[in-house]
Amino acid sequence: MIEYQNIFTRTQIHGPPDMGGGAAPEAAGVWPRGDNAYSSSLLGRIGDAQIGPFWLGGWGVAAIATGVAWFVIVGLNMLASVNWDVIEFIRQLFWLSLDPPAPKYGLSFPPMAEGGWFLVASTFLLISVICWWIRLYTRAVDLGMGTHIAWAFASAIWLFLVLGLIRPLLMGSWSEAVPYGIFSHLDWTAAFSIRYGNLFYNPFHMLSIVFLYGSALLFAMHGATILAVSRFGGEREIEQIVDRGTASERAALFWRWTMGFNATMESIHRWAWWFAVLVTLTGGIGILLTGTVVDNWYLWGVKHGIAPPYPDASTLGDPGMGGN
Amino acid sequence: MRYGLIALIPFGIVLAIFAILKFEHPPIDSTQLGFRGTGIVQVDNPRTEAALAKLNQPPESYGPTEPGGPLASEVYENVRVLGHLTEDEFLSYMASITEWVSPEQGCGYCHNEENLAEEGLYTKTVSRRMMQMTQTINADWGAHVGGAGVNCYTCHRGQNVPAYYFVEDDLQPEAGGFSASRNNQNFAADENVYSSLPYDALDKQLTQDDVLIRVQSDNALPYFGEDLVPIQDAETTYSLMMSMSQGLGVNCTYCHNTRPFSNWEQSHPARLVAWHGIEMAQHLNAEYLAPLASELPEHRLGPKGDAPKAKCATCHQGIPKPMYGADMVSDHPKALTQRAE
Repeated sequence: MIEYQNIFTRTQIHGPPDMGGGAAPEAAGVWPRGDNAYSSSLLGRIGDAQIGPFWLGGWGVAAIATGVAWFVIVGLNMLASVNWDVIEFIRQLFWLSLDPPAPKYGLSFPPMAEGGWFLVASTFLLISVICWWIRLYTRAVDLGMGTHIAWAFASAIWLFLVLGLIRPLLMGSWSEAVPYGIFSHLDWTAAFSIRYGNLFYNPFHMLSIVFLYGSALLFAMHGATILAVSRFGGEREIEQIVDRGTASERAALFWRWTMGFNATMESIHRWAWWFAVLVTLTGGIGILLTGTVVDNWYLWGVKHGIAPPYPDASTLGDPGMGGN
Repeated sequence: MRYGLIALIPFGIVLAIFAILKFEHPPIDSTQLGFRGTGIVQVDNPRTEAALAKLNQPPESYGPTEPGGPLASEVYENVRVLGHLTEDEFLSYMASITEWVSPEQGCGYCHNEENLAEEGLYTKTVSRRMMQMTQTINADWGAHVGGAGVNCYTCHRGQNVPAYYFVEDDLQPEAGGFSASRNNQNFAADENVYSSLPYDALDKQLTQDDVLIRVQSDNALPYFGEDLVPIQDAETTYSLMMSMSQGLGVNCTYCHNTRPFSNWEQSHPARLVAWHGIEMAQHLNAEYLAPLASELPEHRLGPKGDAPKAKCATCHQGIPKPMYGADMVSDHPKALTQRAE
């Protein structure tokens, strides 16, 4: 047992690759038994040592091809923006960006140099993400699984669509989309919040943060609980769901002792799924409302009693409006 | 397993080197400026402050000149902006200017030493304009410079050209043509305080009056039918504010309650002084500094041919009040605060 008590898995099993036939017998007809599987000691330290077999498929090829197109368009435009100077490209990599069109172009298609490439790249990225979603969905169906993973990913796609497609359409300008760059998208985020009067007063932003931090908390609680009862076989969660053993009993009692309530071996995974899905679901709603129906979230917060005044606010007036 | 841990050591060393080079070590001073809990504080590193204090000492004072005596305009030829000074005041001011601006070159930096009245050197034309600018600052911009005022040394610090200014600059050529433009942003430079924000914010917002700096709405809900204030404008303002923060060595919360950046009632009074500072910089750049492009030789101009212009750091040089608010005008009150009739 002491062997397992580390972030690394020290005991690895290397043998003939498991091609998965036994795990999903009903999928046998659609699952070609390729021989593209091998094992890696290095990856085995943090997970299963076996790599593969891969399923690429038509949707996978389409997703990767369009994704690569997006990546290359962004990368080459970044390189062009420093005049093909590779040294500057490396030095400035985190600062470089492919920006959306200027506000003056609205929803029209601008010249390539002034946002055209951004729209082309965005189209590729959109196709790529949708193809990848279909791939997740069809792989799950072919394995006879539920489609929970695809729907969780769809929640992230919802936020992505709101930021890059739906909100710019509603605002009437592609300039509202998020730039493709490391620092530029972070600066965009800060400027977006400032422009719309502090996003922290957006209740859907609040909810998104609750679910984000809540996801981290639930993940830590669940991971810790299972590790703590793995000495009683607790890591065999599926068996424990249908045939509750001492690991489940102890884990459940621990949480009832400490906070009076426990999730079950099954429901904890629903908690985790919904918390993660709601991060981007609520976040997307928050972004969608910003600028379209609310222009200043702080003032909205004042209006609705969630931003109380401070007792000794200074007596400054606006000099631009004749104050002071 | 032992080997696994050993493998982490180089990562630890790299992380430690990064931390030491990148971050400032504690203790850091925090001064509360506003109501408790609002975060209106100024954060300073006492070691950086000590280094700045050495760099920001006012020039030696020789005291005001004895009054009386003939006017400079009566004694000398071609005295255009200082004719209202007495001869003694005039000579004392000239000597100070030499010390403030051209201590190495002496009078000859601006004058033909054979004939001091002669025009011809561009430096003389420029310095005359700068004297007028200084008089304007001290006479009209009390809301920003207060009682301390400014003299040449506030910016020049014994150098021909002040250490901090801005010019239009593309920084790095672009491939152009069909490829995407950088849009004057997305390139780390002094101009955008090493962010990817626009590096032409000062060119846009500090060279003329009546520019859009305010980007937040004064209404919770949108005014339908009005033009979009794009996020790009917020980025430009953000860049201006970073330049300001850097130039003064202060945080956002030195002036703003960051809960509502635009709200005046919750701001620290310093914001009002800063507001007048922006107005002043716009005025000085438009009226005095930008037009000098036609007078200055090429090596004094920016890469795109514009004259060097003033930003907050030009005077402030890293501290909230230049020279910590030392009196800069009392030695030469007439020369620095009154215009010639």
